Amino acid sequence: MGLLSKKDAKLITDPLADNNPITIQVLGICSALAITAELKASIVMALSVMAVLAIGNVVISLMRNIIPSKIRIIVQLVVVAALVIIVDQVLKAYAYELSKTLSVFVGLIITNCIIMGRFEAFALANGPWRSFLDGIGNSAGYGLILIIVGFFRELLGSGTLLGYKVFGDPIEQTGLYAYGYENNGFMLLSPMALIVVGIIIWVQRSRNESLIEEN
Amino acid sequence: MGLKEKLHNIKEQNKDKKWLPAFSAIHTFLYTPNETTHSGGHVRAADDLKRTMNMVVLALVPCLIFGMFNTGYQHYAAIGEAVDFLSWDAFLIGLIKILPLVIVSYVVGLGVEFIFAIIKGHEVEEGYLVTGMLVPLIVPVDIPLWMLSVAVIFGVVIGKEVFGGTGMNILNPALTIRAFLFFAYPTWMSGDKVWVHGADPRVQNLIEGAKPDAISGETVLGALAQGKELAYSVSDMFFGFIPGSVGETSTLLILLAGLFLIFTKIGSWRIMLSAVIGALVMGLIFNSVVSTGWITESSKFYTLMSTEFWHHLIIGGFAFGVVFMATDPVTASQTNKGKWIYGFLIGFISIMIRVFNPAYPEGVMLAILLMNVFAPTIDHYVVQGNVKKRMKRLKAKVA
Repeated sequence: MGLLSKKDAKLITDPLADNNPITIQVLGICSALAITAELKASIVMALSVMAVLAIGNVVISLMRNIIPSKIRIIVQLVVVAALVIIVDQVLKAYAYELSKTLSVFVGLIITNCIIMGRFEAFALANGPWRSFLDGIGNSAGYGLILIIVGFFRELLGSGTLLGYKVFGDPIEQTGLYAYGYENNGFMLLSPMALIVVGIIIWVQRSRNESLIEEN
Repeated sequence: MGLKEKLHNIKEQNKDKKWLPAFSAIHTFLYTPNETTHSGGHVRAADDLKRTMNMVVLALVPCLIFGMFNTGYQHYAAIGEAVDFLSWDAFLIGLIKILPLVIVSYVVGLGVEFIFAIIKGHEVEEGYLVTGMLVPLIVPVDIPLWMLSVAVIFGVVIGKEVFGGTGMNILNPALTIRAFLFFAYPTWMSGDKVWVHGADPRVQNLIEGAKPDAISGETVLGALAQGKELAYSVSDMFFGFIPGSVGETSTLLILLAGLFLIFTKIGSWRIMLSAVIGALVMGLIFNSVVSTGWITESSKFYTLMSTEFWHHLIIGGFAFGVVFMATDPVTASQTNKGKWIYGFLIGFISIMIRVFNPAYPEGVMLAILLMNVFAPTIDHYVVQGNVKKRMKRLKAKVA
């Protein structure tokens, strides 16, 4: 990559695979289970978290030398909360239906451990450009898993993708449904999201055995 | 040279081949392998895992055959043609409907086990023998075969193989399969149409001469949950002439199988007995709530709560679950005291779920799965309690 140095590029590529926030660090699981029943909601959630984390990382990184370390958590919370409110308002203004689907989970981005984790672990110790890349990378890693889970849950649970009927119409019995196929209702329940995340973790670790923890 | 030697020689020649586990599974299924100890000062018992499993399968066979008769009997009763219970007509319908369930369950389940054994390079374990027989007995007869296959793959992979295979699973695989079906395809697993062959409009076009409206087939529990009167006599419920999942209707045969398992020391009598006690206690609590007048007939729980406490033992899948699934040695508590607690809570909770959540009429499935999760915790506290007691005794001696 010409644009980024090798070290900087790693900030983006690492969280996508070998240091994924969800499958390796096991952070941000709640929202991954709650809003992934539809692919569209997963994508919007991923973008929201990306906006909050990238901007938040830059803001914290710029302020890192003036934040007293005793109250840094409060300062971080204020930054996240402000950004989340902006994202929430934007969603309400331009995608009202979606913001209803996501309901409280946009607000709950504040409590997403990935965000505080990156502020603490990275933005407080690095410059704004690198923090920005780190924010993009980590939220992309988070979003990737969200989108994979959302893809399978919507496809198998509702037979649609982004609302488009992939397998035919279940009520008019067209497409696959004519042959007796039925949607898997379990896919729409949160436990199945946990199982899908588990399967992703399983596949990832059996492909790259260095990721398996010793115990 | 007999078949046994031939099999053994083939095994020796193919020692380093990838598919060896699949082959040696057939070998060990038919014979005791030559690798086992034949001499020396070891204690040897005749009942290894395979024999134990075969005993349980043997105990299940009467339920299976009864299920075949009952499937046909219920079908004819529902479409208004009376046939004798023990008739060829009834049996043939059952055979045609149930044999595919058994075959699909075994082929798919053992297929998954074989694939995993080959990938991981270990021997195929016999764990699926019992699960494969349990699965067709705990599903409604008209369940589509592809759904069963999906559920079996899910149950064997997520319920068992991810934890390390037979003996390592937390949840009973057969119940995992049923729970998967229950939550994934609820319209095929509950309601008043799925329990009798041909009652469901979705399968009616497959049967000649079926009168769509004439057929209804609710389970006893389903009817009670909707506040209807009991339509079957106690003896019908006990002998099993009622609609339900394939093999769970006959309490008599399950009772005999339970005694067989206790006699052969395969099933734990502690779990069975304490589960029955637990169910009776919960049933008595509900009955007394009704008799003290705390709850009126307008309550939606009234019918199920006022069901006589011992009826709970002979309706639904309670007996089947307690005898065949709660006693699964892998997922149950291991300590004797733990078994009492584990069994009691299964009985107690399953009746509670039945009464309080009519959407899940079969509480015993959920109760067993729940207690499967807690079994290691129960064992932990039983063992710790024992350690504490002995430490105290030791201290008293020293002092």
